[in-house]
Amino acid sequence: MNNRKLFAFIPLVLFLVLGIFLWRGLSLDPTELPSELAEKKKPLPAFELPSLTEPETLLTPADLAGEVALLNVWATWCPTCKEEHGFLNRLARDEGVTIYGINYKDEPGKAREWLRRYLNPYQKVVLDQEGTLGLDMGVYGAPETYVLDAEGRVRYRHVGAVDAQVWETLQQVMQQVRTEAKG
Amino acid sequence: MIDMVVPELGEFSLILALCLSVLLAIVPLVGASRGNVLWMNFARPLSKGMFLFTLFSFICLSWSFLYNDFSVAYVASNSNSALPWYYRMSAVWGGHEGSLLLWALILAAWTLAVAVKSRNLPQDIISRVLAVMGWISVGFYLFILFTSSPFERHLPAFPQEGADLNPLLQDFGLIVHPPMLYMGYVGFAVSFAFAIAALLSGRLDAAWARWSRPWTSVAWAFLTLGIALGSWWAYYELGWGGWWFWDPVENASLMPWLVGTALIHSLAVTEKRGVFKSWTVLLAIFAFSLSLLGTFLVRSGVLTSVHAFASDPERGLFILVMLAIVIGGSLLLYALRAGQMRSESSFGLLSRESLLLVNNVLLVVSCAMVLLGTIYPLIVDALGMGKLSVGPPYFNALFVPLGAILVVFMGIGVISRWKQMQLSMLVQQLWLPGVVALVLGVGSTWLFAAELKPWVTLGLVLAWWVVLSGLRDLYNRLRHRREKLAGLLKQTRSYYGMVLAHLGVAVLVVGVALVSIYSEQRDLRMQPGDSISFRDYTFIYDGNRHVEGPNYTSDQGQIRVLLNGEPYTEMHPEKRLYTARGNVMTEAAIDPGFTRDLYVALGEPLENGAWAVRVQYKPYVRWLWLGGLLMTFGGLLAASDPRYRKRRAMAAA
Amino acid sequence: MIKRLCLWLFLLAPLSATAAIDAYEFSNESNEERFHELTGELRCPKCQNQNIADSDAPLAADLRREVHRMVEEGEPDASIIDFMVTRYGEFVLYRPRVTATTWLLWYGPFVLLGIGLLVVFMISRNRRNRQTLSENSTATEAQPGQTEGYSPSDNLTPEEAERLNKLLQQEKDQ
Repeated sequence: MNNRKLFAFIPLVLFLVLGIFLWRGLSLDPTELPSELAEKKKPLPAFELPSLTEPETLLTPADLAGEVALLNVWATWCPTCKEEHGFLNRLARDEGVTIYGINYKDEPGKAREWLRRYLNPYQKVVLDQEGTLGLDMGVYGAPETYVLDAEGRVRYRHVGAVDAQVWETLQQVMQQVRTEAKG
Repeated sequence: MIDMVVPELGEFSLILALCLSVLLAIVPLVGASRGNVLWMNFARPLSKGMFLFTLFSFICLSWSFLYNDFSVAYVASNSNSALPWYYRMSAVWGGHEGSLLLWALILAAWTLAVAVKSRNLPQDIISRVLAVMGWISVGFYLFILFTSSPFERHLPAFPQEGADLNPLLQDFGLIVHPPMLYMGYVGFAVSFAFAIAALLSGRLDAAWARWSRPWTSVAWAFLTLGIALGSWWAYYELGWGGWWFWDPVENASLMPWLVGTALIHSLAVTEKRGVFKSWTVLLAIFAFSLSLLGTFLVRSGVLTSVHAFASDPERGLFILVMLAIVIGGSLLLYALRAGQMRSESSFGLLSRESLLLVNNVLLVVSCAMVLLGTIYPLIVDALGMGKLSVGPPYFNALFVPLGAILVVFMGIGVISRWKQMQLSMLVQQLWLPGVVALVLGVGSTWLFAAELKPWVTLGLVLAWWVVLSGLRDLYNRLRHRREKLAGLLKQTRSYYGMVLAHLGVAVLVVGVALVSIYSEQRDLRMQPGDSISFRDYTFIYDGNRHVEGPNYTSDQGQIRVLLNGEPYTEMHPEKRLYTARGNVMTEAAIDPGFTRDLYVALGEPLENGAWAVRVQYKPYVRWLWLGGLLMTFGGLLAASDPRYRKRRAMAAA
Repeated sequence: MIKRLCLWLFLLAPLSATAAIDAYEFSNESNEERFHELTGELRCPKCQNQNIADSDAPLAADLRREVHRMVEEGEPDASIIDFMVTRYGEFVLYRPRVTATTWLLWYGPFVLLGIGLLVVFMISRNRRNRQTLSENSTATEAQPGQTEGYSPSDNLTPEEAERLNKLLQQEKDQ
């Protein structure tokens, strides 16, 4: 086999490499963005915002620390939020999961009405009417659900509705965070 | 009640087309390898049959659209009884399934054209070419029938009204753009088939290049036109006045175009001088492979998120398997056979051959750059190195210098001679065009804006360089003729085709340079009575009017335009609400002109009856598409050169 | 850019297509230019294939507002870009930064160009040298009988050779 013949195989090899990447690409989701906070295990950005349920109280990141918890970004204008709301209620009630909420770019009146009508799974709800906290967290589409560790650092983010399948992943992450803290 | 089963007839007809394509893929090929004339003779009738059945299938689908048969799922999701009839017709290719059927139809049409137009080709060659077309057809028919049939029914309960065609597609540009683009994409299948047939037969010679050339030129011309139409459509329809976005879908059409352009030049060398044969074959394979790859990238959702597709990865997998077979198979064949090809002539370091090879290198590197940029996010993601984006700033930063070098070489290449030439001769011929281009380029930039911005100056100098070196070439051709005018008429159509296409590049470069740098844009809040002036124009906003369309309602802005204080024209940008789907669309108002466009778009309503309005001034934007048109005509003119047809007369004799 | 996908005719989901126009005021022209440049090079995280200047998504509008605020406050470009990257990651940069990860992207094409030109140079020199060698060297290099029906490119069948000659002759006569 002379050089010339070997050269003739270069295009085929290049194509095969390309093909492998394309095949891999079929199972990747280009729309899914990793969270910068979760990647770097950063704490929540600083904020001082009123609580949705008790407007006189100001909440800060410290209020959301203390135990491993979920932080759910939601709004009444978001149809998927409504979809997952029942599941969040079940998690809070049956599984005893601590869930905090961020009410994102919403009207407080409507949001309080929503919690009255569909029940409130959240221990505390931060009222982020202007979306400034959402912006600082890199929220790009409600609903988003974050896993916070006991120190209040962000460990994981899921974009989209939480359902039984997603909950399995979230549960794993929370478990891992807990064991890490012990060890 | 035959009309009740029209969709079933369509599907059945497509299945018959599949059967014929399977026969076409096998019988003539076996015949060619065994030298069996009878079997080889099946190629032409099978091609005709395949085309007729595909055409019938396409007509059936069009029928369902025309008569609003919403029991057909595809019709229901892409049409509406309120849609005017011509949009119902173009809605046939308004969605995934129908556009694939259009692909298949165009492929069958090209196959038919090859079958009919190449009577004088050796029997075994034409049998192999048509068989390769048959193989490609088999892949597409299977893809349509198994994953994307447009004839599936919503039964028994079907919607009484269709969901309507996407409003973006309710537009003249979108009636003509996809067929043109597909003509180009699929046209490269012919070049591909010729290349594979040559590899199979082992006869790769100047005659092969000559047979393949007109087909390649026509396909390239259609692709050029398709891309130009797409750019034009995006410009007037999307509402923000951009004309090229380096979007993955656009890149998917640019890549085969770049390689196709290289192929056209390389075929010329192979035909005239018998060199670069294996390289030319490789380019032919690449051009079509990139067309298929473009289809994969667009359809599979690996680059762009597409809801319809995420739930249906089987289509992506199907195309990937098809890619692996078609591209992998042909590259394997190439690897096995190409090593044996030999070129019979030699050429020097400074010759038309080597300069055209440089042209090829530049075009292929540009294409590789576009491909790399397009799939780099995917590669990085697949390697688990995070998510990143590659966008217009990257492509512009790399494409502009590559393109500029290419245009410089274009001028040199046109002047150069075959085999060998002296540097001194090249310099002697080109110093004058070079100096004049520099002077005229700088001069025209100065005239245009009384300042010298580097990129604009570069662009205009290059445009003049292309024109002037072309003139020098023409002068060389006529220098020794006494009758200059008769000499002009003596030049071949191929030559004039080349001149037109190169002129198109010059016109395009002028357009790109001027519109990119000197566009002006103002986004502002306008209340009735407000006005804004820039350049020599004044735009006065007189408020909005409510307008009812056939399937939409619209807020229509009333804008008077004054030129130097005198009434010039009125412009009516719209914000439309399409009622069937509830889509909101911006319809920009454009006042087109040879040297500038005025472009007005409405944004959102603001408080106190004010609206957000965008007013733009786009100098020389039409030159972009004018350049594309010139290239298209150049390609068609070159393909119509009588010497490609002469052999028919000879065969008849 | 969801709109642009429709150019390729396969997105059936409902969508709206409106130009994103907001009437920001700028204290000077260079700020306005900077605003357009920055929003043109930042990718909207929500709509995936659009820059924040063109996108009509609410998130893009928020990001434009932030860019406008920072530009007017006199923040340099680098810190505005950092602001975006700390929130949304490298993904928002349409102009990827030059890092080890992107060397191939930024320099690969130029390396390829260099290789390509080198190959052209070598081939041309090679061919010129071969010119001096005897013609039959090509014949000995070809491997006879390798594949069925294969003949070296210059070996046409007599009929074909004749046909080609005729073609070429006609052209000369023209």
